[in-house]
Amino acid sequence: MSATAPLLEVRDLNVTIGDTPVVDAVSFTIRPGETLALVGESGCGKSLTARAVMGLLPSVAHRRAAALALEGRDIASLDERAMAALRGEAMSMIFQEPVASLNPLMTVGAQITEALLAHRGESRRDARRAALAMLQEVGIADGARRMAQYPFELSGGMCQRVMIAIALICRPRLLIADEPTTALDVTIQAQILALIKRLRRETGTGLLLITHDMGVVADMADRMCVMYAGRIVEEGDVFALFREQHHPYTKLLLRSLPPVGGERRQLLSTIDGAVPDLRAWPAGCRFNPRCPLADEVCRNEKPPLAAVGATRERTACWHAERVAEIAAR
Amino acid sequence: MTPDRATDPLLRVADLKVHFAARAGLLRRPGAAVRAVDGVSFAVGTAETFALVGESGCGKSTTGYAVLGMVRPTAGAVEFLGADITRLDRAALRHAQRDMQIIFQDPYSSLDPKMRIGDSIAEPLSARGALAGTALARRVAEVLELVGLRGEHARRYPHEFSGGQRQRIVIARALALQPKLIVCDEPVSALDVSIRSQILNLLMRLQRKLGIAYLFISHDLAVVRHVSDRVAVMYLGHIVEEAPTERLFAAPTHPYTQALLSAILLPDPAAQRARQPVILKGDLPSPAAPPSGCAFRTRCPMAQARCAAEEPALRAIDDAHRAACHFV
Repeated sequence: MSATAPLLEVRDLNVTIGDTPVVDAVSFTIRPGETLALVGESGCGKSLTARAVMGLLPSVAHRRAAALALEGRDIASLDERAMAALRGEAMSMIFQEPVASLNPLMTVGAQITEALLAHRGESRRDARRAALAMLQEVGIADGARRMAQYPFELSGGMCQRVMIAIALICRPRLLIADEPTTALDVTIQAQILALIKRLRRETGTGLLLITHDMGVVADMADRMCVMYAGRIVEEGDVFALFREQHHPYTKLLLRSLPPVGGERRQLLSTIDGAVPDLRAWPAGCRFNPRCPLADEVCRNEKPPLAAVGATRERTACWHAERVAEIAAR
Repeated sequence: MTPDRATDPLLRVADLKVHFAARAGLLRRPGAAVRAVDGVSFAVGTAETFALVGESGCGKSTTGYAVLGMVRPTAGAVEFLGADITRLDRAALRHAQRDMQIIFQDPYSSLDPKMRIGDSIAEPLSARGALAGTALARRVAEVLELVGLRGEHARRYPHEFSGGQRQRIVIARALALQPKLIVCDEPVSALDVSIRSQILNLLMRLQRKLGIAYLFISHDLAVVRHVSDRVAVMYLGHIVEEAPTERLFAAPTHPYTQALLSAILLPDPAAQRARQPVILKGDLPSPAAPPSGCAFRTRCPMAQARCAAEEPALRAIDDAHRAACHFV
């Protein structure tokens, strides 16, 4: 691995299901230790992007990419066996539904030690010791008892901690977290996010965070890619993008959230219409039917993801300089 | 909300308890009762939005179902328009239920996929013999327009609509009988972020126009802050704090409310990262085996010996603010 190579490079990633392009020319990079958030609503392609990187797409989906590299090493051409080896070792993933994502027929202990036994060839005793230490790290106190239990015996928050333990036991350089706290209660979410932050700090793990929750992005991410209908529409530094958005979708989405400190019981800003069905994505800019700035060009031509003026953020909008005009409705 | 609404409320819930027979373990042996709701009291005024917030298993949804007569309380009273609905016979309950409706979280499972939406909306009207024929069709078109759809949509089926439109249809059906109270059970939680504000705006507009009261059940504190007049925070079957919304969010007094509010993630990186959330230890205890004394004491950063021995009463801090903690 060269010192300058990004941790993860994804260039022109396409995922199709049948004839439907569900992920359309998605590109991004993650530097070592960095957290990148892929943000968007249901059906925008963020989860399929994550699964495509992990080589965990459903069998009906087909992946194509100009480049897919982990630490400078091409992973697009690896066969399933080599990918499986990589998944336990260098990169791992945690999923939204902790209870459904664990194997219901295996004890917690067997699931945590599996990667160590399979990839590292460690002895059972060493693997068990490492698993107990890992459970401690993720905030499970009575590890020895938990190791002997099955997922159904644990709460959702506990299962999510177990899944994080499984994902981190081999100290991956890249962790992919797909809506890691969406199914959890608020106080448990606070625990899990604090845990991920601590482990990220201690291990220097890079994080690809998939979420629809702008609060989670604001709390966790260094950079963000906003996805809409299979494409990245805006990309950049989190602080910069929350301050100023150059894509109408990002702007309207952030503005539609209930203001946390502001006026209560006022009508909220809205985005007209609904997220389009992926079988009938609009031509041109896919946000155009819902966009207050849309014109003829937007209806016909796909806008490129490009820098706006002197900023370092990139936006796919024909009218990026006019987005500031969008007034509250 | 104004104080006179609270003194002459539309809905008054007094010491409501809902206990379920639990079955524990692989063999499903009958175990201790699950105390889903364990002594809850509150009142909701006309055209008021009263929110019940809390995490899964706190009893907020069960409270809503008991208010509607969908589950039978173990103890307590639910006075709606002056009558205790827990004591009504079947016919009288059905009559009282005309004035209260519910909107569920998931608009996909709330509508019969094989029924035209006009028929779904007409069902409560015709089943109660309220309307028939052209008057019925006119009322269906009217409520569809109230929720921002068109009369001709009545002939379509649920699959022809998006999630947000389906939730509008569910709201239209709830409005058909002109209810005075709607229990909104996580009404926007299943919707995409860009659709949530449309539905929240619709609920706020309908309230202004029609004077409906909402019992608004949600785990989403940012949404609750925005739409509600008053809030009650529930934990393990109890109300631990109740206050006008502004007050609760500005000055929470119960340690659980403080932790809950501190865990809200602000959609603003600078502000969010300057915050110091209170991280609670552990998980919610089982409502089948709640802790002695204060239900929150096992996770409370301030817990002391007294909390295990003595259950704190929900005491008035002032005329509108109540909290159940020995140290408030």
